[in-house]
Amino acid sequence: MSVNLTIGKAINAGLRRAMESDPKVLVMGEDVGRLGGVFRVTDQLHKDFGADRVIDTPLAESGIVGTAIGLALRGYRPVCEIQFDGFFFPATNQTFSQLAKMRRRSAGALSVPVVLRIPYGGGIGAVEHHSESPEAYFAHTAGLRVVTVANAVDAYWMIQQAITSPDPVVFFEPKRRYYDKAEVDTDASPDSAAAMGSARIARQGSDLTLLAYGPMVKTALQAAEAETERSIEVVDLRSLAPVDYATVEESVRRTGRLVIAHEAPVTGGIGGEVAARITESCFYHLESPVIRVGAFDTPYPQSRLEEHYLPDLDRILDGVDRAFTY
Amino acid sequence: MSNNTAHGEPELVQLLTPDGELRDHPDYPLEISTEEIRGLYRDLVLVRRVDTEAVALQRQGELGLWASLLGQEAAQIGSARALRPQDMAFPSYREHGVAWARGVAPKELLGLFRGVTNGGWDPAQYGLHLYTIVIGSQTLHATGYAMGIQRDGATGEDGSAVVAYFGDGASSQGDTSEAFTFAAVNNAPVVFFCQNNQWAISEPPDRQMRVPLYRRAAGFGFPGVRIDGNDVLASLAVTRKAMQQAREGQGPMLIEAFTYRMGAHTTNDDPTRYRVPAELEEWKAKDPILRLRAHMQAQGIAGDDFFTEVESEADRLGEQLRAECRSLPDPAPLDIFHEVYAEPNTQIDLQRAEFADYLASFEDAGAEGGR
Ligand SMILES: Cc1ncc(C[n+]2csc(CCOP(=O)(O)OP(=O)(O)O)c2C)c(N)n1
Ligand SMILES: [Mg+2]
Repeated sequence: MSVNLTIGKAINAGLRRAMESDPKVLVMGEDVGRLGGVFRVTDQLHKDFGADRVIDTPLAESGIVGTAIGLALRGYRPVCEIQFDGFFFPATNQTFSQLAKMRRRSAGALSVPVVLRIPYGGGIGAVEHHSESPEAYFAHTAGLRVVTVANAVDAYWMIQQAITSPDPVVFFEPKRRYYDKAEVDTDASPDSAAAMGSARIARQGSDLTLLAYGPMVKTALQAAEAETERSIEVVDLRSLAPVDYATVEESVRRTGRLVIAHEAPVTGGIGGEVAARITESCFYHLESPVIRVGAFDTPYPQSRLEEHYLPDLDRILDGVDRAFTY
Repeated sequence: MSNNTAHGEPELVQLLTPDGELRDHPDYPLEISTEEIRGLYRDLVLVRRVDTEAVALQRQGELGLWASLLGQEAAQIGSARALRPQDMAFPSYREHGVAWARGVAPKELLGLFRGVTNGGWDPAQYGLHLYTIVIGSQTLHATGYAMGIQRDGATGEDGSAVVAYFGDGASSQGDTSEAFTFAAVNNAPVVFFCQNNQWAISEPPDRQMRVPLYRRAAGFGFPGVRIDGNDVLASLAVTRKAMQQAREGQGPMLIEAFTYRMGAHTTNDDPTRYRVPAELEEWKAKDPILRLRAHMQAQGIAGDDFFTEVESEADRLGEQLRAECRSLPDPAPLDIFHEVYAEPNTQIDLQRAEFADYLASFEDAGAEGGR
């Protein structure tokens, strides 16, 4: 059945399907129960699956991730909602030092298939700590898989793939795009879905590869449409750790130019890492240096400044122009 | 009369009943002048008006968000009026009554919720630290600040102490428990003031605790007390005593102010999804302002003139806030780069210069007719 779903509703539908097919799947977090989460991503799950499987946790992120690890050690598959990007940080020890390292510590004996769902990114006019893009910290931590989605179809399938993954997955949700809609075939076989680790060519082009992920994919597509003189290919990275370099390299070898756009600050970001790798693997195909477009090395500003802070269509096109000055 | 509630809990410390009757409490005697009572009433009414105006301004799109203090005025005003200028308060994000009592102009709060600042006032000037949004964090800051006061030898009868505000939800954070431990082992002059407003967004206290919060203090080794958080006099008397004990070297104390969040969690929230209207009705009968007014009228502490004057003062305040809010200046784009570091920073300087050039390119392009 094909249904028109927002990204938020698609994740909800994916969670529901995962809970139906595996009784070990649990949903836990602050306000995920009766309220259905502050973005309503867990709407109705509490009613339909009960408080044992949809757990309104105490207000403590370290506790959420730490007990999820324990539940996973006991055979459960907890899907934890961290209410906002900026509220993840109390859980750093449990995530970076425990969750990520359990497999190695146990010489492979232990699996901790925990999913951390984190609404991230800016553009919603919020107060401090509600607009951050912390994905690079996670991608920098071995043992975690890090993914993000840009449309409802991927949202529906990738949340299910994240839940069945034997490794911990950090699932970043583009909060300002929660209400973007797409047709999703919710009855299709899981085998028909693209692999969670793969990048996706979101728009074909021949003169430049524009790489984006999460909330910036939409902006990148708009920029590509607005650019009338050159043919821009847009790649939606989807998986930030590991990166699907094969797809990116194939695209860059065809176009000869790469611009990477993300909301996170450029320094130490995903863009820098991809740029370095692509420069090495595609050096003789590149017509220009890889250009990064991202946020500044400043705290996410008060909301009245965020339109200047967030890379937008113009900033991306400025990056595209720069790539053609070489 | 039994000293225990139906749940077997000791009654809350209450000096003023919901009907406005004064009650003595052996542990918390309160000496207060009629002038002070009138002042408390004025505070309560004015902060409620600040709150009402702010909610309306949010609805009109002038604020991005507002976290309403409706129902919690007495807990905040009573406790904050118990402070001395040299004391330091560490708020969470709903402490508009505390900010009011510490002298922070409401427009500073509006600036934060409008998105022109992240706070911005000078904590030293007001004895009020900045609002802290990441739940529980400020309890540790308060404790550390109190340890500093100790080390400065600034305690004693005329010295300083610290109060940390937090919520029932915040009591679950590791930081809060760590703050209790640090305060206890250091005997730090800090009072932990929890407004148990019965909700942490959609979660009731039974998702955070199995024993009443105030009882937790005993396990950490300091006293805890539950007060009627809608009773401004109890809040004043108990906080005053706790702060004095802290100043005089008797260490921390936990005050649980039993109150109610009458409004939504914030203007983004829809409480009809998780709570029943009857609960609100029950708490309306315990309104903090009505009971003080009933007391003042019964005791002849103030007449109609006074109440009318406070009402028109509130009207004037509301008008002023609407004007101030709309005229708050937006920050300039290059302000993004301000206040990241104390010292010049090459990386920031480079990015600022690049961004300035980028912005200028639009002005040039504009002159030529655009891209
Ligand atoms: C570390 C952290 N996690 C989650 C949040 C999101 N959040 C904001 S307020 C709130 C509930 C707080 O409840 P409580 O401590 O009772 O304070 P109240 O809002 O009732 O004043 C939550 C979960 C946050 N601000 N910080
Ligand atoms: Mg609360």
